[in-house]
Amino acid sequence: MTEPTATRVHFYQVGSFAVGNRLLSADDRTVQSNPARTNSIDSGHRACQGCGEALGARYALDAAMRATNDRLVAVNATGCLEVFSTPYPETSWRIPWLHSLFGNAPAVATGVAAAMRVKGRDDVRVVGQAGDGGTVDIGFGTLSGMFERNDDVLFICYDNEGYMNTGVQRSAATPPAARTATTDVVGPEPGNVFGQGKDLPRIAMAHDIPYVATATVADLHDLERKVEHAMEMRGARYLHVLVPCPLGWGSASSDTVRLARLATESGLFPVFEAEHGVVTGARRIRRRVAVEEYLRPQRRFAHLFSGAGRPDVVARLQAMADANIERYGLAPDEGE
Amino acid sequence: MLQQIEGSRAIAETVARCRPEVVCAYPISPQTHIIEAIGAMVKDGRLTPCEFINVESEFAAMSVSIGASAAGARAYTATASQGLLFMIEAVYNAAGLGLPIVMTLANRAIGAPINIWNDHSDAMAVRDAGWIQLFAETNQEAADLHVQAFRLAEELSVPVMVCMDGFILTHAVEGVDLMDQELVDRFLPPYEPRQVLDPDDPVSIGAMVGPEAFEEVRYLAHLRQLDALELIPTVAAEFAALTGRASGGLVHPYRLEDAETVVIAMGSVLGTIKDAVDARRDAGERVGVLGITSFRPFPIAAVAEALREARRVVVIEKSFSLGMGGVLATDVAMSAPWLGQRLVTVVAGLGGRPITRRGIEDVIERARRDDLAPLTFLDLDEGVIARERARMSASRRSGPFAENVLRDLGTATEARR
Amino acid sequence: MERPFAITLDVGSSRANHTGSWRVERPVYVDRLPPCNDACPAGENIQRWLYHAESGDYENAWRTLVEDNPLPAIMGRVCFHPCETACNRAQVDEAVGINAVERFLGDTALAHGWSLPAPGPATGQKVLVVGAGPAGLSAAYHLRRRGHAVRLVDSAPRLGGMLRYGIPAYRLPRDVLDAEIARIVDMGVEVGLHETVTDIAAAREAAGADAVFLAVGAQLGKRVAIPAGDSAKVIDAVSFLHQVADDDPPLLGRRVVVYGGGDTALDAARTAKRLGATDAVIVYRRNREKMPAHAEEVEQALGEGVTVRWLSTIERFEGERMVIEKMALNAEGFPEPTGEFEELDADALVLALGQDTDLSLLEGSDVAVADGVVQVVDSMMTDVPGIFAGGDAAPSNRTATVAVGHGKRAARGIDAYLAGRVDERPPRHALAEAGRLNTWYYADAPRTERPELERIRRQTNFEEVIGGLTEDNALFEARRCLSCGNCFECDNCFGVCPDNAIVKLGPGERYAVNYDFCKGCGICVAECPCGAIEMVPERI
Repeated sequence: MTEPTATRVHFYQVGSFAVGNRLLSADDRTVQSNPARTNSIDSGHRACQGCGEALGARYALDAAMRATNDRLVAVNATGCLEVFSTPYPETSWRIPWLHSLFGNAPAVATGVAAAMRVKGRDDVRVVGQAGDGGTVDIGFGTLSGMFERNDDVLFICYDNEGYMNTGVQRSAATPPAARTATTDVVGPEPGNVFGQGKDLPRIAMAHDIPYVATATVADLHDLERKVEHAMEMRGARYLHVLVPCPLGWGSASSDTVRLARLATESGLFPVFEAEHGVVTGARRIRRRVAVEEYLRPQRRFAHLFSGAGRPDVVARLQAMADANIERYGLAPDEGE
Repeated sequence: MLQQIEGSRAIAETVARCRPEVVCAYPISPQTHIIEAIGAMVKDGRLTPCEFINVESEFAAMSVSIGASAAGARAYTATASQGLLFMIEAVYNAAGLGLPIVMTLANRAIGAPINIWNDHSDAMAVRDAGWIQLFAETNQEAADLHVQAFRLAEELSVPVMVCMDGFILTHAVEGVDLMDQELVDRFLPPYEPRQVLDPDDPVSIGAMVGPEAFEEVRYLAHLRQLDALELIPTVAAEFAALTGRASGGLVHPYRLEDAETVVIAMGSVLGTIKDAVDARRDAGERVGVLGITSFRPFPIAAVAEALREARRVVVIEKSFSLGMGGVLATDVAMSAPWLGQRLVTVVAGLGGRPITRRGIEDVIERARRDDLAPLTFLDLDEGVIARERARMSASRRSGPFAENVLRDLGTATEARR
Repeated sequence: MERPFAITLDVGSSRANHTGSWRVERPVYVDRLPPCNDACPAGENIQRWLYHAESGDYENAWRTLVEDNPLPAIMGRVCFHPCETACNRAQVDEAVGINAVERFLGDTALAHGWSLPAPGPATGQKVLVVGAGPAGLSAAYHLRRRGHAVRLVDSAPRLGGMLRYGIPAYRLPRDVLDAEIARIVDMGVEVGLHETVTDIAAAREAAGADAVFLAVGAQLGKRVAIPAGDSAKVIDAVSFLHQVADDDPPLLGRRVVVYGGGDTALDAARTAKRLGATDAVIVYRRNREKMPAHAEEVEQALGEGVTVRWLSTIERFEGERMVIEKMALNAEGFPEPTGEFEELDADALVLALGQDTDLSLLEGSDVAVADGVVQVVDSMMTDVPGIFAGGDAAPSNRTATVAVGHGKRAARGIDAYLAGRVDERPPRHALAEAGRLNTWYYADAPRTERPELERIRRQTNFEEVIGGLTEDNALFEARRCLSCGNCFECDNCFGVCPDNAIVKLGPGERYAVNYDFCKGCGICVAECPCGAIEMVPERI
């Protein structure tokens, strides 16, 4: 009888994608799989059902807590995350947390980091966090300042593509064609206009800071690895996390993770990382989908599919996705 | 040790001896010399440990200070005029969070029209922000007030703004007795924060407070200001015992005994006013001066006490509330309501216009004759006003009046047809 | 430290806010019936034993397996694994190689000498099992586990029934067969060989049995009338394979034709090839798609040089010449004669046209027989109380695995009968359909193929054709299981809850929902890989 080919396998059923796996050693599991995880943002917060931002914040901060041996301070901009987590008399945070203003979180974080350094408490690390409004719009000036000074802050943008706290208005991170309260679906070009908006990860890269990365709540392993990697470095670091918003996107509360996944699998949201201004890695698409599959479950894009629909607009969005796939080399690995 | 030194430099040296741990710098005249000097001291190692941060705006300067202070560091910055207004949201926030930041405000006018010279409009714009605002009469007092400011701020957990007249003080070289390090250390203990961001004792700072508790929060902040009314004189007395100098406190009375006419003012103009009052006293007139050092909290009781015997009060102030009148005067009127029409406001020195001893003596004389309108503008060029008003009534498109005025005065050439 | 009123708050205070009151639907954990388990004729809890195998705990996996089937090394070779046909993983990439893992576990158990569970406490009751094929062996095992005395009789000189006399050794090595049978006998089964039961009532009486299980199989090869000369050598496949198993193979010559399209036809042809036939030709009246034999068996046979004459029937067989008529499929897919004839050189004809059961032992009893097989109810009992029947003798599709399942069901039925209970099967869970899975979370992993014996070697001897998996490959294969419909503790629900409302109960204990905080968003349900959570409306 022939000897069977022995294939050394490190295959763990779902270990590569799911939160945990009983077959992995504790060290190889995600932070989120650990019952002793910090729960940086605790139960009882007032985020909507299925809030992607609440999830993203816990994912990122718990990972940062593990990476820093629980020596972490968070500075929060005004916004959903701040409002739903700390309405007097209750706070959901289990870590030291400071909220000052909408547009100054990066600068406040700089101040905290400076204080820690001057006090000789270099072990205490600082995370600044904001939604997309607090990052790409009103907080952009202080963020850019923090970047160029290379202050020792990891700044995390939880991007839900609009001003959700104030009732879903357009931000510079709102995608084209999306309906918001200030980009209504009326007129010949309904929804947000094409050709506007900021690509903040690339702007961050232009500052030549040590680390820039994007992630989503659909790939916890990737997100945690990036946070961990970021915390191994000093200086200004930027993490841009896509966090679907059931309220603002008009999606089912149960679809939050799925939509984040479809955003990456369609190519509309490229997941990559860069060091000192140079892209060092991109997460390849695993099961590529057309943008339509991502757009359809969201009421903010419903006008693209009602009646005769707007295949021309969908095609423009597809072209954006295709351009991302080309730019970052996201096409699925055929060898898989 | 007494030395001839520029005001800004004296402030920088004094602040440095207060051992600030985080200093933010953003240039704006006339405070720039202060942070330049501190920056040099940090860079050459004389001031250490200290993080000197060149920020991208005043908004960032105050925001970085907020973060630093909340994390337990002694934080300092300086600004003026437009810069103060650019950071105003953070100014309120620092007070709301009870962070003992000390800031020098080199008082300067606010545009438009843009004007870099001294008046008190900037300080008045943030009088409700919840900061303690102390006005310095001289560079010596300005320097001394910074030392006291850190003490007050940190004991009360309230931010303190030391106001000194831009250029008049900041750029003036005069004799200042700088406290040496040992003396400052004796007066100013290390910062022990009331609350701090600490992984070993995590708290959430900056919660959202709704209608159910917001009024109480504001009232508690007000009580904290009232506490300051008690503490400011105490600290000043302690400072006087240590240095022999009567810097600080709530008010500076000058020749008030038996005064029928009392002139009230803040800042460097008090020196000129005192000269004028000395002259009037020499002429046998019963005139005195009340300098206000603590504008916020406003020392209602001290002012009322000082004005108990006054027959008339003249408030000379370098700011006014458009459409209303004197800002300081309003507070004085509230402190001594019995004065009624016997209190007049003289707005003077706006945008850096010189206030002369002679002008003040003239004001005092007119006040004595009850010849002052309740709101008087010192040295106002009535001709310019009349001509501009005529132009405006003649043509709807009469052009920008600032430029018109300059053209009238012959200081601007024909800019356009 | 005195904290500023309202602006500064103590950590974790939001736990006072029970957001569970927002909920209109609640997630609940469910267990669904995996399609593999559903499809297994032996009633194995396949998913559960794969679960243990995934962690490398092969003994536990094997012990779970033999709860239902005491013959894993055998079934891991001969079962046609309907479990794999049903496997949801086929819709992701390829079905899990369940059968190969089963064999690995069976072989590992034999190598380590793991013994079956001890018999249950003696009940004092006795059961006669007639027929020692897979049904009889399975029944004997399950009855012993329940503490009943078992007498197992067979007319053959050795135990195993069709496993031994119907399945060639290259598919089922005899050492494996013997070892798994011995393990059952070692549980205290009383064995009677060369015992042909001719009267069921008398045998029951003689054995002092409280109940009887009839598992006599289908040993009679069907014959058809084919005009054949006297010198033509014609034999039925059952007899042919039986003789080979008895080491007494008949001499068939160099050109052997096998008539039929089932697995037995293939077994016969492949056996003939091994016995030295240069030509082993199968004649089958329909085409390959319509052939009842399992595709992989056909593939292997063809690979060994067996040839097939599709769409052909045998007209007559005279001397060394066989006449074949070509057939054509009609619109309904049935073969019809074309009137075209061909000739074929042949030394022998093996008929593999199906088998019949010899039920002469039931003559004079009230046991109902229809369509040539014994009629039974769900508990496998016949019309006569205490007499049960199963395997090929009862209605079934006549595979060894079905027989093992029958043996288990009959044992449970007999146990209930002896205790005076009604045999009730626990309700089955709803099926775990593929549509409920979130397959994103499963890593792409094509299945591991078992090594095949080199073709040249298997044309000449009876060595086992299909090799086993190495441990690595078995582990890999086990880990390809999707755990359809049953929580396997991947922590997804625990991780994806935005409200931290899932409580992790520890290894093996799964999770619970903290309804104080669960807002009912449903992400846990959507992101559960295996569909083991569902939303149910909240009672409001």
